[in-house]
Amino acid sequence: MAAQLEIPSLPIENIYERRSPAVEALRRLVRHRSAQVGFFLLGILILVAIFAPLIAPYDPTTPLYDVKRRSPPCIHLLGCPADQAQHIFGTDSNFRDLFSRVIFGSRLSLQIGLTTISFAIFIGGLLGAFAGYLGGWLDNVIMRTMDVLMAFPSLLLAIAIVSVLGPGLINALLAIGFVSIPVYARLVRATILSVKELDYVSASRALGASHMSLLFNRILPNALTPLIVRGTLGIATAILDAAALSFLGLGAEAPTPEWGLMLGEERNSVFNAPHLVFFPGVAIMLTVLAFNLVGDGMRDALDPRLRGKNI
Amino acid sequence: MIQFVIRRLLLLLPVMAGILLVTFTIVRLIPGDPCVVMLGERATQAKCDAFKERFGLDESIPVQFVRYLNNVIHGDLGTSIKSGQYVVDIIAQRLPMTIELTIGAMLFSTTLGVFLGLISAIRRNSATDVITMIGANVGVSMPVFWLGLMLAYVFALLLKGTPFFIPPSGRLSSGLSLVPLATTVFHLQDVQGLPKFILTFLSSSVIVDSIATGRFNMLKDGLWHLILPSVAVGTIPLAVIARMTRSSLLEVLGQDYIRTARAKGLKERLVLFRHAFRNALIPIVTVIGLETGALLSGAVLTETVFALPGVGTALVQGILARDYPVVQGFTIVVAIIFVLVNLIVDVSYAYMDPRIRLD
Repeated sequence: MAAQLEIPSLPIENIYERRSPAVEALRRLVRHRSAQVGFFLLGILILVAIFAPLIAPYDPTTPLYDVKRRSPPCIHLLGCPADQAQHIFGTDSNFRDLFSRVIFGSRLSLQIGLTTISFAIFIGGLLGAFAGYLGGWLDNVIMRTMDVLMAFPSLLLAIAIVSVLGPGLINALLAIGFVSIPVYARLVRATILSVKELDYVSASRALGASHMSLLFNRILPNALTPLIVRGTLGIATAILDAAALSFLGLGAEAPTPEWGLMLGEERNSVFNAPHLVFFPGVAIMLTVLAFNLVGDGMRDALDPRLRGKNI
Repeated sequence: MIQFVIRRLLLLLPVMAGILLVTFTIVRLIPGDPCVVMLGERATQAKCDAFKERFGLDESIPVQFVRYLNNVIHGDLGTSIKSGQYVVDIIAQRLPMTIELTIGAMLFSTTLGVFLGLISAIRRNSATDVITMIGANVGVSMPVFWLGLMLAYVFALLLKGTPFFIPPSGRLSSGLSLVPLATTVFHLQDVQGLPKFILTFLSSSVIVDSIATGRFNMLKDGLWHLILPSVAVGTIPLAVIARMTRSSLLEVLGQDYIRTARAKGLKERLVLFRHAFRNALIPIVTVIGLETGALLSGAVLTETVFALPGVGTALVQGILARDYPVVQGFTIVVAIIFVLVNLIVDVSYAYMDPRIRLD
C-alpha cells in the first residue's frame, strides 16, 4: 500500500509579468496618503481657478455700492438677516467682496507657481546640462556662478532684484524664477555626471549618436523624475515668495486680486477687521500645502532613494 | 581642526568676491541713467556730473568694481542717498535687532522642533505623532507674515486683559529707550572707525544695552516684545526640524547596532540618547543650517509686521525710497551672515561625526 503522496500546490508567481516602473510609481502615488490629500486640495484649487467667474458672486476689482467698508462676513445660512446682501468672507477696505477676490486669486497663484518654476527649470536645466555634459572651464564658470547665487537667502536676493527692476508682478516673477535657477542647474548636472559614463551611453556614442541626441535622448530623461519632484515642491516655495514680495509692496499692484497683496493692503486692519487678513492667508496656506503634499508623495513614489528625507 | 577652519575660511574668499560682484552688478543693471534714478527727474546736468564724480560713475566698469571692492574691504559701504548717513552706521544700528530676532526664533524652533520630533519618533503612529506631523505639514505652508499678523491678533487683542497678553508691535514699551554705551558706560568721547561700529552695534542691542546699564525691567520688556516675532519666524523652521528629527531618528533606530544595544539589555533611555540620538543629529544640524536662510528671510518679513527697527524694515524702506547703497549694503551683510552660518554647520559636522574627514 503505497502512501498517497500529495504534492501541495503552491501559488506560482509569474516573475516575468512585471508592471512597468511608471505604472508601479503611479500605484505608489495613488496609495500615498498625503498625496491623496494633496491631489484633493489641488483638484479643488484647479476647479476653482477654472470656474472662478461662475463661483465668484461679484467682480473682484470693482467696488460695490451700498455695502459697508470692512464689514464682517454675512452668511444667510448662519443667521445673517436675509435683507442684507450675502458676503461670505465680508467686504474689504475698498468696498469689494472679499470672497470673489480670494476666488480669483487662485488663478493668479497657480500661474505664478507654474510660470516661475517652468522658467527656472528650463534655464537651470539647460545650464546644468551643458555644465555637466561639456565639463571643463564652462562647468566651472556655470557652477561657481550658481554657488554664489546660492550664497544669498533666495527671498532676499529676489527682493534685491525687484528693487532694481522696479516693483510689479512680472518683475517679481522674473526675480523669483531667477533665484530658483541654481537648484535645478545643480540637480540636472548631478544626474548627468552620474550617467554620462555609463555603458549604454557609450554604446550609443559608438553607434554614432550626435552630442545633441546623446544629451537629450539618452542622458537627460534620467533627470526628469527628480526635476518633477523638486519642481512641485519649488512651486510651493515660489507661491510663498511671490506672496511675500506682494505683501511688501514689491509684487502685484492694486487692484489685482493677489493674495499676498490683499494681506499687505489690509494688514493694518487686522485688529478691527481680522477677516480681511485671515481668509487670503488661509488660501495661500492651503495652496502651498497642496503642492507640498503632492511633492512629498511624488518623491516617495518616484524616487525611492530620497524616501524618508523630509527636507 | 583649526587647519580645517582656516582652509574653509580661505575657500570663502571667492564666494565673498562673488557676492560683491553680484551686488555690484545688480545696481549697475538699473535701467536708465543712475543719476536720474537716484536724484530724480529734475536733476540738472551739473548736479548729475557732480554726482557721477562723487560716486565714481564716470570711470570704466572694471575700475569701478576694483574701487568698490577696495571700499568694502575698508569697511566703507557708501552713504545713504536719502539720509546721508554712512551705510555702515545704519547696519550697526539695525543688525542687532535682526540678530536677536533670529536667535530667538532659532532657540524656539530647535528646542521645540527636536523635542516634538523625538516624541514622534519614539511614539511612532501615536496620536502625538500624527498630530505633530500634520501640524508640521501645515506649518511649512504658512506665510510667515500672515502667521505674525494672526499671532498679533490673538495675543494682543483676544487675550487683552489676561496674563497672556503680549504686545504686538515695537521693540520696547514707550518710555524706555536705548542709551549710547560709548558715552554712558565707557565714558568715551568721539570714537571713530571699528570701535565706533562695535559700540553702536552693542548699544543698539536691547539685550546688551539693558544688561550693560543694569536696567533689568528694560531687559524683561525687550524679551517680552521679542516673543511673538520669534514664534512667527520660528514656525516654518520648527516644522522642518521636527520632521527631520523624526525621520532621521527612525532611520537610525532601525539599524543593527541599536538592536544589539537593546539585546545586551541597555536601558531604553540610554539606547535612545547615547546610541541613537547622536547619530541622528547630523541631518538635523544640516537642516538647522539650511533653515538659517529661511530665518533671515522670515526676520525681514516679520519685522515689517511687528514694526521692529531691524535689517528688514531698513531694507524695505531703502527699496521703496530707491536708496541703492542701503539695499546693496544690507544684501551683502545678510549674504555674509548666511555663508558664515553654513561654515559653522560644516565645522560642527566634523565635531559630531569623526568619520567625516576634514580634508
